[in-house]
Amino acid sequence: MLDILIHLVLMVLMPPLLFGVINRTKASFAGRTGPPLLQPYFDLFRLFRKGSIFSRTTTWVFRAGPIVTLAATLTAALLIPCGNHSPLLSFNGDMILFVYLLALGRFFTTVAALDTGSSFEGMGAAREVTYSCLAEPVIFIALLVLSRLSGSLSLVGILTHSSTALWMTSGAALVMLVVGLFFVILSENCRIPFDDPNTHLELTMIHEVMVLDHSGPAFGMILYASALKLYILGAFFLHLLLPLRVAGSLQDWLVFVMSMILLAVAIGVVESSMARYRLVRVPQMLLSASVLAAFALMLVVR
Amino acid sequence: MSYELMLKTFGNGTRVPLNDVPEVALEVFLQGIVELTGLGWRILSYFGVPEREGAALWCVLAGSHRRLGAFHSWCEGALPSITAACPEAHLFEREIAEQCGLAVEGHPWLKPVREQDFAGNRADDDQCLTAVSDFYRLAGEEAHEVAVGPVHAGIIEPGHFRFQCHGEKVFHLEIALGYQHRGIERALVGGPHPATMVQMETIAGDTTIGHATAYAMIREGLTGVEPPPRAQVVRGIALELERLANHCGDLGALAGDVGFLPTMSFCGRIRGDFLNMTADICGSRFGRGLIRPGGVAFGCTPQQAEALSRRLDEVQHDYTGAVNLLWASPSVMARFERTGRISSDDALSLNLVGPAARACGIARDVRRDHPFGIYLTSAPPLVLEAGGDVLARARLRWNESIASLDFIRERLSTLPDYDDLLTPGAPAGAEMLSVALLEGWRGEICHVALTDKNGAFLHYKIKDPSFHNWSALAMSLRNGQISDFPLCNKSFNLSYCGFDL
Repeated sequence: MLDILIHLVLMVLMPPLLFGVINRTKASFAGRTGPPLLQPYFDLFRLFRKGSIFSRTTTWVFRAGPIVTLAATLTAALLIPCGNHSPLLSFNGDMILFVYLLALGRFFTTVAALDTGSSFEGMGAAREVTYSCLAEPVIFIALLVLSRLSGSLSLVGILTHSSTALWMTSGAALVMLVVGLFFVILSENCRIPFDDPNTHLELTMIHEVMVLDHSGPAFGMILYASALKLYILGAFFLHLLLPLRVAGSLQDWLVFVMSMILLAVAIGVVESSMARYRLVRVPQMLLSASVLAAFALMLVVR
Repeated sequence: MSYELMLKTFGNGTRVPLNDVPEVALEVFLQGIVELTGLGWRILSYFGVPEREGAALWCVLAGSHRRLGAFHSWCEGALPSITAACPEAHLFEREIAEQCGLAVEGHPWLKPVREQDFAGNRADDDQCLTAVSDFYRLAGEEAHEVAVGPVHAGIIEPGHFRFQCHGEKVFHLEIALGYQHRGIERALVGGPHPATMVQMETIAGDTTIGHATAYAMIREGLTGVEPPPRAQVVRGIALELERLANHCGDLGALAGDVGFLPTMSFCGRIRGDFLNMTADICGSRFGRGLIRPGGVAFGCTPQQAEALSRRLDEVQHDYTGAVNLLWASPSVMARFERTGRISSDDALSLNLVGPAARACGIARDVRRDHPFGIYLTSAPPLVLEAGGDVLARARLRWNESIASLDFIRERLSTLPDYDDLLTPGAPAGAEMLSVALLEGWRGEICHVALTDKNGAFLHYKIKDPSFHNWSALAMSLRNGQISDFPLCNKSFNLSYCGFDL
């Protein structure tokens, strides 16, 4: 019972903190103090108190976009085990649902962008869909590999199966998965080198340009959903990279929170140390992530 | 040769009686411009002064051996276009059509430069609607058009960009400006007025020293006043500090546009250091109130000079570190290389100026070609880069920064003994022509003044380097990626208000 409560509380409250940590890391690399750690929460609070403006050319699709995206992402978050704890929902084959919930969220963000009829947003939607087409296979192949290794078909089974012992036996495959999935985390969460979450340049944006027309609470929902997406993909990723299991339940939660923060710091370091790829390079990088995952699959099925 | 003899030649910043400037028939005038640009002369300014039924057309050209040349003609009704033979004239002709109401015949793409229509009208509520006009269109199912601006997502000046794309590939970019047209040239007629100096400093806020010095040179040329040597040194230092601040800011902004945070943050801070040095001299970070006709309003004491060169050493250390990070990052180099390329042929035919031209390997620097002020005695070495891409323009900015740093240090160590900073003014010559040419940080700034029989301005023509270089930005995007536009734009960093006037 306590675990479920902690799971829910963390799931709702922690995601924006990750953005705060990333921003502070980037700021310290740049020699600045940076915004307060809790700034993303303040921003969300500010957005939710604002009114909304809707363009006359948009339809209900535009308004439904952020709501469906947030709902789908929240549901996906219920399926992911955090650290050494079971999620709220779990059944055989839930991994397919997980991937498609994320895809549903993306679909609605994209059609909401197309609904505005703006040439920018159309461009952003085209880019987003192209790149996620290339990122999705990585997640699917990773799930295949893990399911083969664990012999399970549910997210809990395949993710909590990963351990230090597994790293000793199938380390090579796991290393390739970890690298491939890290690429996907960066690209799916529009981080440098794939996208620049802080840019104000419409023409270079991928994800940000699709939400230019959203304002107030709708934009708050989008920001929150993107933080949540980073949180669940991060939790997924950490099962592979740091399968740390301590005895007690509370200690395990502590380990989970600390490793999530470490992941955010790592993303901040990557963002501070390199430039964005040219847009035509992004598909190449995602394809190489797929290739890595495919090699991992070959290693485990042989 | 005959056309060269037709010109009245004179030096940068001097005055010539209007009667000495030859008036030629319109056909000879136009043929002369075409022939002279083929002989290595460049159009500095080509404008019309509306009079009665038509307009007097003036053309000022720059040649070799520190020579400037001018001649004029008269046109009523229709002006035949020379753009086909001399592409660099294309924007001048559009400007003449707009300002003089002449019908320019045979121009390939005649539309207003800054106003809504050729009558110089604006819409009822004074809206600027240059974005609502004809644009080149790409036809076809798969082609799409992207319109950016005049309101942008960032806090920048207004300008409208129209892209014709196929997927991510840009086939054509057309730029519509004029949103900040304030009518500076019109306000100068009958001047100088008490507010003129301040208006000159705000033609383009980031080129305050450049435009203010050009105006001061015009006034000095017309009155025959020579600024004291110490004032010339201070002007030179201020001009190079302005170059340093802007080049440094640009390198930081280029890094920011590719998402490379370290250099972006450091250069942003270092730019502030350079601006503060200007503030130490005159109290304004942008150098407002420093340049005055006849000299400068603020000097530089030996103590100030010593402190300034010490700070320059410190800042150079930080600046070097920040910029070396750029060259050492493969991810940054991958973005800069072969992005936004301009061939040197295009650069020559569009008459590019300043760093944009020098990054195409074109040796063109007013400080060397038509020296003025302190540059008559010593000029920083000419910096050139080949390639014409974003990387060339970035490297050029860095190498010019180093040259400017050395130049300032040298000037500070050999400051002339303390003496007057300002030579008292004299009445301006009547019926004179004066041309001031100056290398601002963006490139060649050209001011041309004609005076009437009382010595007041009959006509005043301002040309910011952006006037030529906006066309280069449009060219650099051809066959490029639309997502590279912000990077290309930043690598030119042109002025909207300097163009709009």
